[in-house]
Amino acid sequence: MNAKAIIQVRDLVARYGADIILDRISFDVYEGEIFAVLGGSGSGKSTLLKHLLGLLQPAAGEIIIDGDGISDCDENRLQQILRKIGVLYQSAALFGSMTVAENVALPILAYTDLPEEYVSHLVRMKLNLVHLGGYENYLPSEISGGMKKRAGLARAMALNPKILFFDEPSAGLDPVTSAELDNLMLHLNKSLGTTMVIVTHELESIFAVADRVIMLHNSTRGIIAEGDPKYLRDQSRNPFVKQFFNRLPGDMTAANRKDEL
Amino acid sequence: MRNSQNSQSCRYEVLQNNDGVVTLHLHGRLDAATAAQTIAGLKSCLHPPLPPALTVDLSKVSYLDDFGALVLVELKNLMRTQNGGLYITNANEHIREILSMLKFDTLTAPALLSRQRHPGMFVRLGEKVLAQAAGLGLIFSFIGAVCLAFIHVCLHPGALRKDDTFSSMEKVGVDALPVVALISFLLGLIMAFMSSVQLQQFGANIYVASLVSLAMVRELGPIMTAIIVAGRSGSAFAAEIGTMKISDEVDALFTMGFDPTRFLVIPKIVAAVITVPLLTLFSNLFAILGGLVVGVFMLDLTANAYMAQTLQTLTLFDVFWGFFKAAVFALLITGIGCLRGFQVRGGAADVGRATTSAVVSSIFFIILADALFAVILRYWK
Repeated sequence: MNAKAIIQVRDLVARYGADIILDRISFDVYEGEIFAVLGGSGSGKSTLLKHLLGLLQPAAGEIIIDGDGISDCDENRLQQILRKIGVLYQSAALFGSMTVAENVALPILAYTDLPEEYVSHLVRMKLNLVHLGGYENYLPSEISGGMKKRAGLARAMALNPKILFFDEPSAGLDPVTSAELDNLMLHLNKSLGTTMVIVTHELESIFAVADRVIMLHNSTRGIIAEGDPKYLRDQSRNPFVKQFFNRLPGDMTAANRKDEL
Repeated sequence: MRNSQNSQSCRYEVLQNNDGVVTLHLHGRLDAATAAQTIAGLKSCLHPPLPPALTVDLSKVSYLDDFGALVLVELKNLMRTQNGGLYITNANEHIREILSMLKFDTLTAPALLSRQRHPGMFVRLGEKVLAQAAGLGLIFSFIGAVCLAFIHVCLHPGALRKDDTFSSMEKVGVDALPVVALISFLLGLIMAFMSSVQLQQFGANIYVASLVSLAMVRELGPIMTAIIVAGRSGSAFAAEIGTMKISDEVDALFTMGFDPTRFLVIPKIVAAVITVPLLTLFSNLFAILGGLVVGVFMLDLTANAYMAQTLQTLTLFDVFWGFFKAAVFALLITGIGCLRGFQVRGGAADVGRATTSAVVSSIFFIILADALFAVILRYWK
């Protein structure tokens, strides 16, 4: 695998007011890999994602995306960097007043100089790519949850970003649809070479797609494990990692006590 | 013929061999950065008469994504206009896989983004009528549901959600008091000032008091208050229920065994019907105060004389007629606001539309009801 780090996080501290959520975490995401951020509820996964997307400013530390630091740059520069990434939100976040095709066309019309008649062909290809050909003129409220996810994915890929972020891609999908989405992700990763960062706690997906994972835990407010998910499942000595990968019930009282600390 | 062009990082050459076979060689990266330029360049270089067939050689293409495939699609469409064919050769496995994922072979050229159809006048008229008729059912069932819920609450007063009712009373009534008071005070001031200009000519200054009090108590007090409440609370009701509707909260109420109308609408109606007449009372008082200020400081009336004239003009019937109208307006505002909320379908844009429509329809029905009341009063008394 190419060893170039496309996302570098260095000593990131995230906090809301006085609550420190993530304490000095560092990791790299390499170009072309599928990288998963794992953790139980309340471990700071979503907070980390919001920092990577520039929606929240880190309290300390640095986030470098494709060579550019995003924590201390101005609005215009941030917009330039954000052009390199696409995001599939948990609820797909399609604009309800636009058709599927208009949703996908929106960034293409705004950020490329392609004339509108080309864009409609491009949109059809994008939708073919996610197996949604023929649904161009449907409104988001008229299609199913799995189709919304795929339409959201087509929109996230509208400008062929270098990095795609997925927030809980399988949440609310049935196992078959969820497996199809995993396949689609693998396919796109292989054929277009897109780096993918997935925030999830869906075990099946993790083993199916992720090359490498980090696991967050709120006891240390940081990373408790990093590496190949299958290796971690079989070899990790950390009790929480073992619990997580083997779906063992946690000791709720112990977990709660940790929360309070 | 040999024609070549450099664009950022994709180059192309058009070669024609002796048999008349035209081959297009593409080099380099075909991606989002180069696609637009490449298409424009190729279209300017492939002008009619086009060859009967065009072969595209992709052996030197290092990278191709869907933007690159767009170049091929546009070439295919260009050739098709002349009944020509497009043949792709030497595509490596990677490119072949992408083209198959994009379903390149099945791509044809109908426009996608043009959703706007232009049906004839009668079709549009018919669609509108059908949509209105379908909406009418919801309106009647809403009115029926509100009546049933109201009867239920009358029979079982314990079923009224008291906390919600009190918090609605605070939002509709107490929070609106400052703005109602200020606007009414200024309205009284303006009316007294405008009428004094005319009445002064006849030495009838004292009748300013009559005019301000009667106009306010009978007509303007209830109407102004109702319009302010429609703007503040009618819109808030529509937005609240509309948002609950699209996030399935209304369905959640239903499945938990609550009647959404009884749960959401009745507390608001009760709160508004109680507080809007009270607000109207304050509106009347502040308007009379505004008139008094003008009377005392500009018209040389004494405060006593002004108030005596006011009391002499007003009858108790006028005051209570005004309150009754205010209560009916409150019912209209709340009913329409909640109905617009329940009518929301789809997404965020629809919530905005419901909010606007709640205010506009409320104001329309307030004025309409007021006109009806004027007619009723004319024949009653």
